[in-house]
Amino acid sequence: MSAETARAALTPMKVMVKRHGLLVRLNHWVNVIALVLLLGSGLQIFNAHAALYWGKASNFDHPWFSMYAERSKDGAQMKGFTTLGSAKVETTGVFGASKLDGKWQDQGFPGWMTVPGGEFDLTNGRHWHLFFAWVFAVNGLIYLVTGLIGRHLIRDVLPSGRDLKTIFKDPHLRLKFSKGPESARYHQVQKLAYSGVVFLLLPTIALTGMTMSPGLNAAFPFLLDLFGGRQSARSIHFICANLIVAFVIVHLLAVILSGPLNQVRAMLTGKLAIIPSDEEAHS
Amino acid sequence: MNRRTWLRGLLAGVGATIAAGCEKVATAPPALKMLKVAEKWNQGAQRAIIGRHALAPEFTEADISRTFKANGTRRPFDEEYNSHLNSGFSGWKLVVDGLVETPLALTLAELRALPSRTQITRHDCVEGWSCIGKWKGARLSALLDQARLKPEAKFIVFHCMDTLGSSKYYESIDLVDARHEQSILAYDMNGAPVSVEHGAPLRLRVERQLGYKQAKYIGRIEAVASLKGIGGGAGGFWEDFGYEWYAGI
Repeated sequence: MSAETARAALTPMKVMVKRHGLLVRLNHWVNVIALVLLLGSGLQIFNAHAALYWGKASNFDHPWFSMYAERSKDGAQMKGFTTLGSAKVETTGVFGASKLDGKWQDQGFPGWMTVPGGEFDLTNGRHWHLFFAWVFAVNGLIYLVTGLIGRHLIRDVLPSGRDLKTIFKDPHLRLKFSKGPESARYHQVQKLAYSGVVFLLLPTIALTGMTMSPGLNAAFPFLLDLFGGRQSARSIHFICANLIVAFVIVHLLAVILSGPLNQVRAMLTGKLAIIPSDEEAHS
Repeated sequence: MNRRTWLRGLLAGVGATIAAGCEKVATAPPALKMLKVAEKWNQGAQRAIIGRHALAPEFTEADISRTFKANGTRRPFDEEYNSHLNSGFSGWKLVVDGLVETPLALTLAELRALPSRTQITRHDCVEGWSCIGKWKGARLSALLDQARLKPEAKFIVFHCMDTLGSSKYYESIDLVDARHEQSILAYDMNGAPVSVEHGAPLRLRVERQLGYKQAKYIGRIEAVASLKGIGGGAGGFWEDFGYEWYAGI
């Protein structure tokens, strides 16, 4: 056996296959930019009144979630607190009170998390949020409409009945990532997660955002009934933002575990490298 | 240089630029000018969707907030205001002037005699909180009919008697909102005269917009063709600090 044939036998052949369409890739990266800026500016807006309520109006004595600062008597020190229901946790330095350039700030989320960064700035936080809300909404609508017409969403993303029945057999739950042809399609857990984000989480965060608009309340009063009032809509909006962050963390972990360069390249160029001979772990 | 190193370099470069430039870019005037186009999109879209006449949601007596938070000025320090307050606003008159055929000066009794409206509505502060209250006041459209707007009048400016920071508070709305059924000059709140912290003797209610539009301590109403030349020129106290003039979201 020559050296070359030996190496060929040891190194499996890689083949580039078409993975993501151009429009989906554009949608994906526009969404990345919009969601990052919406999250940062959303935290900035939250800081203007770092408390969440259920119902139509604010019951100031009973937020279900809040962040606040307590000053020492001389005012030089600050303690930050975060409350959830009746639980209260000291979160000095991160939530409620944090330092900025050596000075204590009475701020819900710290300045390094917000857009714009640094000191509290509701004015510009709103400008960023309301601009990128349009970017997010238009981008999302293009994705949904083209995905439904082109059947990408139904064919590739929505889980089938069979997918749901075999969901616990998905090898990805055991953190087993195929490098074979199976890696060029969405698997059961991924389909369920993506569908939840695309059809539930993102539309809910858009609609609860609209429900907080006193102008749109006049046009769509039923949205207030759907979400249980403006303050409930604000709470749900915040919860959805947290769920999106949770999704993104899992999504990025899966990218790292399944070959980050290959996956990021596929989302940029559309082509994914697979090893056709790789045996499937699928049942 | 192969594609992989090129890509890595690009990503690293973008990352560093974002980290270093975020704060500066986020508050740089050109960036903000671009972002502020969203206000025009929101105004255009909302006006098209909502229509002139759609009402802001109204609530029941049971929904009225026990604590209605007051924001902005809570106790004006202005001498003129305080002398009116001390005399129970007996010598106070609301001035209506600018681009009107018949300038007016109305006492509280005369305002109470105008066609009125009572509404239980939700007040949404730009900060995120909401309170529900019952407001009774003179229909703004009735007042404008009495003063007879000149055709060139495009905006209604509300000059307030309180100084916030270093300048007088003021607000403005266009004729679509000024003519709206729920736009009232409220003299009663929750069945009693509007308290000082909520804007005695008269505050605007323009229910399809945020709280900073609901001008308190109104002393004068002026009809104008343009908002340039009034205050900082942006149409309101907070607008001069960068807030959106159209506050429907």
